[in-house]
Amino acid sequence: MEPQLQAVVERLHARYVHALDADRLEDWPQFFTENGTYRITTAENEERGLPLPVLYAEGRAMLRDRVASLRHANIYEPQRYRHLVSSILVERLDEQSASSVANFLVVRIMQDGANLLFASGRYLDRIALGPEPRYAERIVVCDSRRFDTLLAIPL
Amino acid sequence: MLHRSWPPEGVTRVPYWVYQDEAVYREEQERIWRGAAWSYLCLEAELPGPQSFVTTFVGDMPVVVTRDAQGALHAWENRCAHRGALICMQPRGRAERFACIYHNWVYDHEGNLATVAFRRGIAGKGGMPAEARPETQAPKKLRVASVHGLVFGTLSAAAPALEDYIGPEILPRIRRVMKKPVKVLGTYTQVLPNNWKLYMDNVKDTYHASLLHVFFTRFRINRLTQKGGVFVSGDGAHHCTYTEMVEDTGDAYEKDGMRSAGGSNDFRLEAPELLEQVDELGDRVSIQILSLFPGFVLHQIRNSLAARQVVPKGVERTELHWTLFGFEDDDEAMQRRRILQSNLVGPAGYISMEDGAATGFVQRGTAGSPERASVIEMGGSSIGSGDSRVTETAVRGLWQTWRRYMSL
Repeated sequence: MEPQLQAVVERLHARYVHALDADRLEDWPQFFTENGTYRITTAENEERGLPLPVLYAEGRAMLRDRVASLRHANIYEPQRYRHLVSSILVERLDEQSASSVANFLVVRIMQDGANLLFASGRYLDRIALGPEPRYAERIVVCDSRRFDTLLAIPL
Repeated sequence: MLHRSWPPEGVTRVPYWVYQDEAVYREEQERIWRGAAWSYLCLEAELPGPQSFVTTFVGDMPVVVTRDAQGALHAWENRCAHRGALICMQPRGRAERFACIYHNWVYDHEGNLATVAFRRGIAGKGGMPAEARPETQAPKKLRVASVHGLVFGTLSAAAPALEDYIGPEILPRIRRVMKKPVKVLGTYTQVLPNNWKLYMDNVKDTYHASLLHVFFTRFRINRLTQKGGVFVSGDGAHHCTYTEMVEDTGDAYEKDGMRSAGGSNDFRLEAPELLEQVDELGDRVSIQILSLFPGFVLHQIRNSLAARQVVPKGVERTELHWTLFGFEDDDEAMQRRRILQSNLVGPAGYISMEDGAATGFVQRGTAGSPERASVIEMGGSSIGSGDSRVTETAVRGLWQTWRRYMSL
């Protein structure tokens, strides 16, 4: 284990979830490389080898489209997430990249105060290192196949 | 027997107690889900070979769907004859036999009780009397029929043949989509905070699509000004609506100040390849939404294809089981297109995400007014096919059918 690399990756994960939980959606695409991919799927589809994502974006342009649609097109009740990320394992792939596996829990808080354990699962990441580390690939594997009402804000 | 009075306006009103009442829910289970309706069970593609099975639901009732060693389809209640435990615990797989874990009673692919553990006792002691007839409590068997790769079941001996149930208006629109062997791309479940009928009502409501789903309208994917129409089956039970691929360049939404219009800043995708459609069905239809009573939806949204199964889970909770699919002969580019366009549908779908929210708003909004009613007068009071989607004709068809089943 490289403590320095571990700290770099953990900090990236932390900045990512703070941006989402603080409704800074416009910052979200910046956590990815220009061609970075983001895919939410379920453990069931992964285990069955099925390609269906719940949400899939390829590159920052698609990520920005998602944010623009959430801001200007889609209708959903005001809501926030609280992400908890833990058990982060980091491995160096080469000079320029690392992989990471981390557990997450997401609590969803509605405007009337109702909260719900909305999602749990694993982040499977490939991270491009450099002065500003970014996700080259982020796969969000949800433990459950069920999604309550809708999934608007990214996980 | 339920005693409820329908508003005197008839088909143009739907009283809110239909979404709220425990007694109505229980009666629906008996008269509709376990009654003379055909319910969607699965895709044939989910039963790929001899002795394969999937588990599903018809209303509240758990069901096992199987393909036997000879390839014939069967469906039966997932309830052991002995004490009522689930017989089959797995969502899908392959099995020689089905053994209830509780006391090891064993069933064949047709749902027949094959063996009762220690039926004759051990060493002459214990066991069941010779005259015992546990088979009298065997799992109920469904009639099963498959149409263009979609498998349906009903407990009713009196229900018409499946193709007659669907009818000549809608059947060709199923065949249009299910034209080749399909390949499952994946599944997920959207949990809706509302009564199951609010979802079916939403699916049949051709008027809402471009007003609620702003994504559609801003990108001019679907506007009511585009060419399209609606088919309704003769009895009103089933519907199919479609939109043609022609781009709408008008400004009806802008003139009327619709929230869904783009306003002065036309909203454009930075990565429009997400929406690029290949006219694979060869008829220049970009969207087709089809529903069968009581709880089945088949959609083609560009190149996204899916079966949606409605599973009621109580008065105010509904599960929507999505199965997205392509065709077996899809090339890599087509599969990639379907994956990209899966962003339009499901719980995170640019288009579909709002349906769960809107129907939940109705469930909450009507909580204090069981005696009040929805106003369903777009397109007058008729029920039938037409070339306008500024109508609630298919919604009226749903309620006409529901009332017929419920004798209300």
